[in-house]
Amino acid sequence: MTVGYDLVLDEIPEQAKVLDLGCGDGSLLVMLQEKKKVKGFGVEISEEGVSLCVEKGLYCYQADIDDGLSDYKDNSFDYVILNQTIQNTKRPDYVINEVLRIGKKAIISFPNFAYISTRSYLMFKGTMPVNELLPYEWYESPNIHLLTISDMKKMAVAFEFKILEEKNFSYTKKGKSKLVKCFPNLLAQYGFFVIEKMDQ
Amino acid sequence: MNKNVKQAEKGSVGIVEIQYFTFGHAPDELILSNGDKLGPVTIAYETYGTLNSEKNNAILLNHALSGSSHAAGYYSSTDKNPGWWDAYVGPGKAFDTDIYFVICSNVISGCSGSTGPSSINPATGKPYGLDFPMITISDMVNAQYHLIKHLGIDKLLAVSGGSMGGMQALQWTISYPEMVNSCIAIATSASLSAQGIAFNEVGRQAIFNDPSWNNGKYYDGEVPRAGLSLARMIGHITYLSEKHMHEKFGRNFQDSGAKVKNLSSEYSVESYLRHQGIKFVERFDANSYIYITRAIDHFDLKEDYGGNLTFAFENVEANFLVMSFTTDWLYPSDNSREIVRALRVNGKNVNYTDIVTDNGHDAFLLPSDVIEKNISNFLRSEFRKSIKQV
Repeated sequence: MTVGYDLVLDEIPEQAKVLDLGCGDGSLLVMLQEKKKVKGFGVEISEEGVSLCVEKGLYCYQADIDDGLSDYKDNSFDYVILNQTIQNTKRPDYVINEVLRIGKKAIISFPNFAYISTRSYLMFKGTMPVNELLPYEWYESPNIHLLTISDMKKMAVAFEFKILEEKNFSYTKKGKSKLVKCFPNLLAQYGFFVIEKMDQ
Repeated sequence: MNKNVKQAEKGSVGIVEIQYFTFGHAPDELILSNGDKLGPVTIAYETYGTLNSEKNNAILLNHALSGSSHAAGYYSSTDKNPGWWDAYVGPGKAFDTDIYFVICSNVISGCSGSTGPSSINPATGKPYGLDFPMITISDMVNAQYHLIKHLGIDKLLAVSGGSMGGMQALQWTISYPEMVNSCIAIATSASLSAQGIAFNEVGRQAIFNDPSWNNGKYYDGEVPRAGLSLARMIGHITYLSEKHMHEKFGRNFQDSGAKVKNLSSEYSVESYLRHQGIKFVERFDANSYIYITRAIDHFDLKEDYGGNLTFAFENVEANFLVMSFTTDWLYPSDNSREIVRALRVNGKNVNYTDIVTDNGHDAFLLPSDVIEKNISNFLRSEFRKSIKQV
């Protein structure tokens, strides 16, 4: 199972209408369709990703999520998923606002840049961390807006959205997500937030 | 070239023949969008594969401006030119004729067997010429509807086409929502750009200015060859990308041994265009060219629905596969994105991909693994889902 899939699966109710932003080959949507009978849609930036989604019988369109959301009506989806995607967007501020507008709820999961081994890598090596969470050299990384769990909480205040759930986690060798409740900003590899807009 | 060989190995539908269906005898003529009546109406069509007993495997292909009902196969054992979409229609190909029943018909106002300006006007006993009524994309679709009903099909698994064929496919989903399970629209638009209209108009003017055109009354004399071939040459420029043209022809001369450049030395690109023009005159009617380009110009789904494309797709039931090409400047990718946006806003099921290619607008006719894979995978899952629903 890929990063955070099990947590997303737990969160999404049966038959929800779901938009997966940055859906890649569509494997998360397939799992959600099989196990939760969701009505799923994907947005993917690559031609190959869209082809793989079509192969799986999904509905996916090729677009950059930075500018591909504005035509959706408010509350078009029960859930909008940003699984390991927000750090790749050019304008996370714009994307978050749009996601809150078009989704009743949103799931945002991302690699936590304040995770202890990432921190110490930067502290002791003095170069941009390259590890299993962030497997790229700085010059080839798609991660252009790295953030921490505390940053997401700060954003909730600044952007006035509600955090409904926080399930920060680390990824075990067996491929399962293990929740980290104690000092998550230091000890969790990934942040996992369920959010919604304030007036809901 | 390897790709062509690979396509050929997938199998051909073999030798095919045109069939004809005639309807709309008085007083039940086809009522056109502008209120005019047309009848009787003959539609030339071809079919490939077998309609299954549930009649749920039928796919309608719609041809583009210069196409015909001849989408696949050959007319005889010595015929060297396969149908216009032979790369994608046949056993084991994207439109797999081992699985699907594939239909392709010539549009009305065309000149490849369906009723058009070169057909005999029953009122006068002479070819219609410019007495032929104005035809719209929607009229073409309404005529096809009669054919599909005649074939005993209540619901099409898919309607598909590129360019003007894509316009018809979109119109099908809007005019007959309950009859269309899915739609494959390639390199098309909800309305042609001003630039597209401009090129069509230059083509028409080339025909009008040919003295042989004679206001469309040329059927018993010399046809406007020069005008029609010039129109085709202009069209061909718009189907190719700048890069593709450069790679295909560069600045090479047709006669590579010629040492002296003079007024009559011919570049390869010139000779290619001229050849396309001459070939076209052999098989196409100048008046049909005028009527069909006009139908393309007038097509505007936005205008039909109060200026808002979202309203146009409000009641469609089909699931969509929309594809555009990065180097298509006649039907640019943004035209496809506009369609996709309107479908998404309506909560419709839509796949969209912008395929990277140097082949320009022509790309939908040329063999491509990506197009092949997307069409065949989309059809397979739509077929599976349509069976589940019943």
